[in-house]
Amino acid sequence: MAATEKVIDPIHQFQIVPLSGKISILGQDYSFTNASLYMVIVVGIACLLMLYGTRKRAVVPGRLQAAMELFYEFTVDTVVSTTGKDGLRFLPLVFSLFIFVTISNYMGLIPGAFTVTSHIIVTFAFAMLVILTVIIYGMIRHGAHFFGLFVPSGVPKILLPFISLIEIVSFMSRPVSLSMRLFANMLAGHIALKVFAGFIIMLTAAGGWAVLAPLPLLAMVAINALELLVCGLQAFVFAILTCIYLNDALHPGH
Amino acid sequence: MDPAAAKLLGAGIAAIGMGAAAIGVGQIFGSYLSGALRNPSAADGQLPRAFIGAALAEGLGIFAFVVALILLFVA
Repeated sequence: MAATEKVIDPIHQFQIVPLSGKISILGQDYSFTNASLYMVIVVGIACLLMLYGTRKRAVVPGRLQAAMELFYEFTVDTVVSTTGKDGLRFLPLVFSLFIFVTISNYMGLIPGAFTVTSHIIVTFAFAMLVILTVIIYGMIRHGAHFFGLFVPSGVPKILLPFISLIEIVSFMSRPVSLSMRLFANMLAGHIALKVFAGFIIMLTAAGGWAVLAPLPLLAMVAINALELLVCGLQAFVFAILTCIYLNDALHPGH
Repeated sequence: MDPAAAKLLGAGIAAIGMGAAAIGVGQIFGSYLSGALRNPSAADGQLPRAFIGAALAEGLGIFAFVVALILLFVA
């Protein structure tokens, strides 16, 4: 595609285009876009894998069932090791977020596919969901004691206001950093892939320099391998940080 | 100075922050590896912590990257 254009635009892949006609409700644009389409596909794949994988409930699992059980048990282990046994009530939330982020990250690596998690609004919605769950559940379960989160024990009285201020600011920046990390990792990875792909095209068009064109191609393979790692890792980091934040709601106070 | 040039310069300067984050991430995994070689039996249990630390350190570098991107494409 870039061969026909004069300028190789690495940002073009993140463009949202409406697939349906314009649907507006109360002045807001609710059109069905390619982002919505890929979200539906991701949810469909997640449901299909889980339901189809566990349909037999065999005592000796088949390959797909074993993979799904591995995924599930891995999440349970993560939740239990970071929040303890009573964190298991949040397992549906953590597991849904984990599987959605994992599948949409890996979907984005398919050439031509749209990456849902490369949009800040999607990841920010997830992060706000987590933080609001933390705040609301913490307030309901612990009441005013939840604010003990901002008052670490064993701090000298003079330092306490400053430490509390720092704690509050760090709590406020959590949704931003949680969403920004996933979004920017996906964005940076896809831009890097596109830029290196652009190098191949530029070299092949540059006469004698075309002999060097396989070099960025090899680099593309390496970056793709790195991206496979990053996709899984960032989904895992998102899940484990969700667990750590939920731990604050379950056990506030240091 | 030409505003467009200043914007590009600013984006370049913001990218320095990513190098600093790279030092942080390298230090985390370096320390993890040296600890793991001293006590390999305890290594597996600490791997998630190494990843959390790396993710937190990396996040700050990502902020610098976002600043550079905003300067390049949005501002």
